[in-house]
Amino acid sequence: MKRRGIGATIASTVVAVFCVVAIAPLVWHGLSSLKTASEVSRIPPTIVPESPTLSNYEELFVRRPFGLYFLNSFVIASLATLLCLAVGSLAAYWLIRLPSRLRTILASGLLVLGFFPPIVFLFPLYELVQKAGAMNHPWALILPYAGLNLPLTIWLLAGYLQKIPRELEEAASIDGMTEFQTFRLILLPLAAPALATTGILVFIFCWNEFMFALTFMNLDSARTITVGSATLSGAFAYQLPWGLLAAGVVITALPLIVVVMLFQRRIVEGLTAGSLK
Amino acid sequence: MKTIRTPSVLWALPAAILIAGVLVYPALRALLLSFSHYGLSTAFETRFAGIDNFRRLLGDSRFHSSFAVTALFVAVSVVLEFFLGLGLALAASRLIRGQKIARTLLLIPWTLPTAVTGVLWAWILNDQFGILNYVLAKAGVLDQPIAWLAQPAPALASVIAVDVWKTVPFVFLILLAGLQSIPSELYEAIAVDGGGAWAAFRYVTWPHLVPFAFIALIFRIIQAFAIFDLVYVLTGGGPGGATETISVYAYQTTMRYLDFSYGATIAVALVAVLAVIAVTLRLVLREAE
Repeated sequence: MKRRGIGATIASTVVAVFCVVAIAPLVWHGLSSLKTASEVSRIPPTIVPESPTLSNYEELFVRRPFGLYFLNSFVIASLATLLCLAVGSLAAYWLIRLPSRLRTILASGLLVLGFFPPIVFLFPLYELVQKAGAMNHPWALILPYAGLNLPLTIWLLAGYLQKIPRELEEAASIDGMTEFQTFRLILLPLAAPALATTGILVFIFCWNEFMFALTFMNLDSARTITVGSATLSGAFAYQLPWGLLAAGVVITALPLIVVVMLFQRRIVEGLTAGSLK
Repeated sequence: MKTIRTPSVLWALPAAILIAGVLVYPALRALLLSFSHYGLSTAFETRFAGIDNFRRLLGDSRFHSSFAVTALFVAVSVVLEFFLGLGLALAASRLIRGQKIARTLLLIPWTLPTAVTGVLWAWILNDQFGILNYVLAKAGVLDQPIAWLAQPAPALASVIAVDVWKTVPFVFLILLAGLQSIPSELYEAIAVDGGGAWAAFRYVTWPHLVPFAFIALIFRIIQAFAIFDLVYVLTGGGPGGATETISVYAYQTTMRYLDFSYGATIAVALVAVLAVIAVTLRLVLREAE
């Protein structure tokens, strides 16, 4: 009985240490983003801001287009996610009804494509975007993001749809429903949890994407927030404004932290389901 | 009773178009480019190159260096991530309370954009203004500040450490799911047979965990080989190429030197390396089963 007690103590200590290491850098940035320029580079550093100020945030939103970056990211990630779910759910429905041999081949093909390093697609897509005159246009990212996330989306949705009993569809077809009606009115509502899980993951991946957003959006007004805050330091030649950088990190991370707080269970579900199928 | 036939291929058409346009065509175009000369040096005219680009790759010391950096990065970071993730999962599975909040907190580093993670750590690791040097000096570990990102070995170690910070949660979650799928009766059975903690791990936990471990490792190895964002933001591949990975070299060749065909060749070489690794892992997995 006593040994179990010691084991449990060690276990909770280990978990607590990992949690602190995971969170501390972000907390440090959160606190520093509220400090004045002189306090933020002071040695020895202060932990809690002496006179908290929002001036770093004001600078980002008023004198720099962080509001626009935020909006760009939100529009691009949302539309890409919706497109990906719409197109992916149709394809998943088709996929699970194929003869098993063909289904396995296509599913493996998807898996292989999903594992390709993104750098392979970069220049050919850049070329396409330029030819289409779509540089700095939201669609230059929406379409690639939807496509890049399709393998995962189809994979997750097909796994879920497969578990829905066929009898439901047979009943619907006897009732005179068309295939598409059955899909839209019966299957999609039943698959809502899987759509939510997949959608959250795809949204996070789109929000976080860096390489394509860096390359296809070279106008300041078209940037996404991830690129905006990751390249902020490049705008300063000498002394870096650490407080400003910290505020940029916080703004980019905040929506994601909210998503994690609200949907922790779904994200974990999606991650484990996605990798275990 | 087969009353439902295969739906029309129209269902898959939008996905097929998107996948063809965004993934298949670009991959084939990259392959074609790797057998061409195309870029600034050809005045943006395409010329057939045969295997010239691949020959150049064999003699390109910068490519060799980026390959070695990438391989070292993958080996060290994946091994660290795996053992830390395993230890954390074993600890967390014993928690009676607080598992949910721990999972939420641990998920946050994984959810942050990798590029922003780079900014976050660039300041912490800064030699003059970073908190890390201050804390280490205060604790008496360091006599003088270390320029973490300005010296070759510390810079690579920093990239590895930040990647570990970000991805341990992923490995942890996969392995925790594995641990939670083990029926508790098995542990009771082994306790009745007089087995201790090691026996329980060796004969119950580990055999159940192997497939989960393989999945986590395959995902991590393939993603780590493609690493771009973190290096690009944290060190830019420097100092002196000490942290330049294959993806970063391919990006610079394409977007900075405008040598589109050679950039594509480097990317194709990366795919070839990944293919070899994937096939090897499959064989190992089959052997293990």
